[in-house]
Amino acid sequence: MLDNSDSYVTEDGRTIGGVVMEMKNITLRFGGVIAIKDISFDIREGEIRAIIGPNGAGKSSMLNVISGFYVPQEGEVLFHGKRRPPMRPYEVARQGIARTFQNIALFEGMSVLDNVMTGRLNYMKTSLFSQALWKGKAEAEETENREVVEKIIDFLEIQHIRKTPVARLPYGLKKRVELARALAAEPKLLLLDEPMAGMNVEEKEDMSRFILDVNDEFGTTIALIEHDMGVVMDLSDRVVVMDYGKKIGDGTPDEVRNNQDVIDAYLGVSHD
Amino acid sequence: MAQMQMGAEGMQSLPALLQRNAAQFTEAPAYREKEFGIWQCWTWAETAKEIEALALGLINLGVNEGDFVAIIGRNRPYLYWSMVAAQAVGAVPVPLYQDAVAEEMAYVLGHCGARFVIVGDQEQADKVIEIQDQLQQFEHMIYLDPRGMRKYDHTQLHQFSHIQEQGRAAHDELIGELQSRQAKLDYDSTCVMLYTSGTTGKPKGVVLSNRNVIETARNSSEFDNLSQGENILSYLPMAWVGDFIFSIGQAYWCGFCVNCPESQDTMMTDLREIGPTYFFAPPRVFEGQLTNVMIRMEDASTLKRKMFHHFLAHAKKVGGNILDGKPVGLMDRLKYALGNVLVYGPLKDTLGYGRIRVGYTAGEAIGPEIFDFYRSLGINLKQLYGQTEATVFITVQPDGEVRADTVGVPAPEVEIKIDDNGEIHYRSPGTFVEYYNNPESTASTKDAEGWVATGDAGFFEEGSGHLRIIDRAKDVGKMADGSMFAPKYVENKLKFYPDILEAVLFGNGRDRCVAFINIDLTAVGNWAERNNIAYASYQELAGHPKVLETIRSHVTAVNKSVAEDPMLSGCQVHRFVVLHKELDADDGEMTRTRKVRRRIVEEKFADIITALYDGSEKVSTVTEVTYEDGRKGSIKATLTIVDAEVKPAAVHKVAAE
Repeated sequence: MLDNSDSYVTEDGRTIGGVVMEMKNITLRFGGVIAIKDISFDIREGEIRAIIGPNGAGKSSMLNVISGFYVPQEGEVLFHGKRRPPMRPYEVARQGIARTFQNIALFEGMSVLDNVMTGRLNYMKTSLFSQALWKGKAEAEETENREVVEKIIDFLEIQHIRKTPVARLPYGLKKRVELARALAAEPKLLLLDEPMAGMNVEEKEDMSRFILDVNDEFGTTIALIEHDMGVVMDLSDRVVVMDYGKKIGDGTPDEVRNNQDVIDAYLGVSHD
Repeated sequence: MAQMQMGAEGMQSLPALLQRNAAQFTEAPAYREKEFGIWQCWTWAETAKEIEALALGLINLGVNEGDFVAIIGRNRPYLYWSMVAAQAVGAVPVPLYQDAVAEEMAYVLGHCGARFVIVGDQEQADKVIEIQDQLQQFEHMIYLDPRGMRKYDHTQLHQFSHIQEQGRAAHDELIGELQSRQAKLDYDSTCVMLYTSGTTGKPKGVVLSNRNVIETARNSSEFDNLSQGENILSYLPMAWVGDFIFSIGQAYWCGFCVNCPESQDTMMTDLREIGPTYFFAPPRVFEGQLTNVMIRMEDASTLKRKMFHHFLAHAKKVGGNILDGKPVGLMDRLKYALGNVLVYGPLKDTLGYGRIRVGYTAGEAIGPEIFDFYRSLGINLKQLYGQTEATVFITVQPDGEVRADTVGVPAPEVEIKIDDNGEIHYRSPGTFVEYYNNPESTASTKDAEGWVATGDAGFFEEGSGHLRIIDRAKDVGKMADGSMFAPKYVENKLKFYPDILEAVLFGNGRDRCVAFINIDLTAVGNWAERNNIAYASYQELAGHPKVLETIRSHVTAVNKSVAEDPMLSGCQVHRFVVLHKELDADDGEMTRTRKVRRRIVEEKFADIITALYDGSEKVSTVTEVTYEDGRKGSIKATLTIVDAEVKPAAVHKVAAE
């Protein structure tokens, strides 16, 4: 077993660092419904960590706990070893956590460029007034941020739609724009909620490549939820498997694949 | 910097031209590339420095004189520099098509025995790594974009910028070597080797010398008065001879600026931003833009739409003549000027053609309507005829003598003769040196006196002296009555209709011609939508009686126009069928460059051809198809055979009147 501060090198030569975020005995209830029941796991620096499970397993709720949107009734979330108090969304963003959504949440009427620029909001220090006048500091600041955004646009190969309003884009590209916006915040921890839902095989392959590239190029820690077992197994370093709010497996893709509970959950056995 | 030999004597290689440009046009832009949303620019002086650093780096890496350096990637300044740097160190650049699959690359890289490969990105690098084991001579690969490459084993792999840095660091040590290698380059050293795509058999490596490239560049630049101030957009494959001549040959000869788009998909936006003065595109680019304009005008307000069509009609009437310098009445001229302010000017700006002085289209025949549309707007679009073995230029259209149905007069210093079979032969300073390692093919293509057989049949038009291409010589046959059978000629006429995607004409050795036709799903589907015609599949739409009726009217019109040519009037389509599936490269019916493989189509659909000739009204057939993932299936269909109206040949018509 690894210690929390240990690091190791993966087969493909990436260094996985110590624990960034740790969930300890998390239980989340909505009234009488128990969405998450006594779950513990950790996310290490630089790894791609997947959370999988059948419909209604509590995956999205788990992601919302990680992002700080839901506060669990029991258990605690440790971020860099410290217990994390309830936070407002902008505080989460400032901690270096960014996310994408299962149902795309972009500004439909705005161009791709403007959408991605909104991801830089935390880096803009000048006042609304000086930004409106676009003088001196505000102008320099925008240039600086635009530079970062352009690198991301180049990285995700969306140059050709830079000025296109998001509403006119097909689904697969919208997903990519959303990833671009999350990346614009230069997150340390990136949360992806079903990044490949509703995509065809080719789009899935593209998205997988981008996720791997992001992890490789920027060293971003990635936690993702996914439905598609095949994709997850190829992509992630470690996988948490959930079913009916409980954790039924945790480990490398190979370990998880051979776990009887996981096989049962996916192939279906009667739940007593 | 050491003084290179200057003057006409010294201009015998690309590196020599580069030195001249760096000295003469120092601060003028040589390359631009859009990256991170901004146009980055390199002056000629900077370009010379970059290329020098790369060349020194290549020597440092162990590139010897006579080595082959393969270059694979999309159009980027760095890759153009690589070609010149390779030449500067005495090596031979070999650009490859970037969309080629790994096995195709394996053949070419193995054939020339490339020791070094320069690639644009991870995608290309992966392909080379995949086939690395088959390549005995391969030693090192250099990549441009480091993205995704960090984890790769770097014993044989180098980043482009590192090679340049090493070159700069070793400047003092290696500059002498570089200069002595450059000094050895003359008119007879190899400038570049380009592989022809080859519709038949394996690709052949066409060796072009500095003489070929530089003389051709000089002649063609003078022909069109190209100057240092031109701007071109380089977006066509770097492995294609045309791009080599425009983006390197002419650019270095004239010293004009080469602009590279940000990515393949941004080409249209970049075109508008650059507004090139000299432009080259295959017909499909022009077709695509025209369709786009027409569709967008349908959505414009009534006033704008009316104005657009009104002035367009006027342009159609007089625009071409004004461009050709023919006499046009004062009122028509005034109206055209008004149209230019209101419609033509803004339209050209939107398309990115606002500054075009000279535009060329080649590769295949362009529809006369499309051609005339652009010319009527005042865009000097011309046609040329050429091939890799000629360093592009065989014939070109001079300003003022431009027509859709000819390819112009012989280019400067090109001699042309037509043999008894109608095949075109040429001899010029651009005539290639040889096919690399293939003396048999060289001998069968180029005779002892330097005449090269093009494989195309054509004739010089009486009066104008313009060349007209009929067809590939091997496809031209004779009908039963001895008259000429030129399928491509008729097929092209059919394909100019937007509804018709592909046509195949049969009739060699027969008494009359019949045809297969593929509808264009986009165009016909659009038409069906507007006319409330419901269809569930391609097959159903292709067999719809109204579609057949439309196609029939197109065929009749084509027959009428074919009948006007006494030589070819026998090629009129008597009967035709609209095929139930699109001819497809996956099924082997076409090449990857979308050229029909006549023989295979003829064998595969033999039952339909029989039905076309035996007079039956319907034919049932089963066709095997290959899906994109490689699985096979079959489609059954019953096709209706349509009789078309045939006109008597022109000679008879004259006699009857």
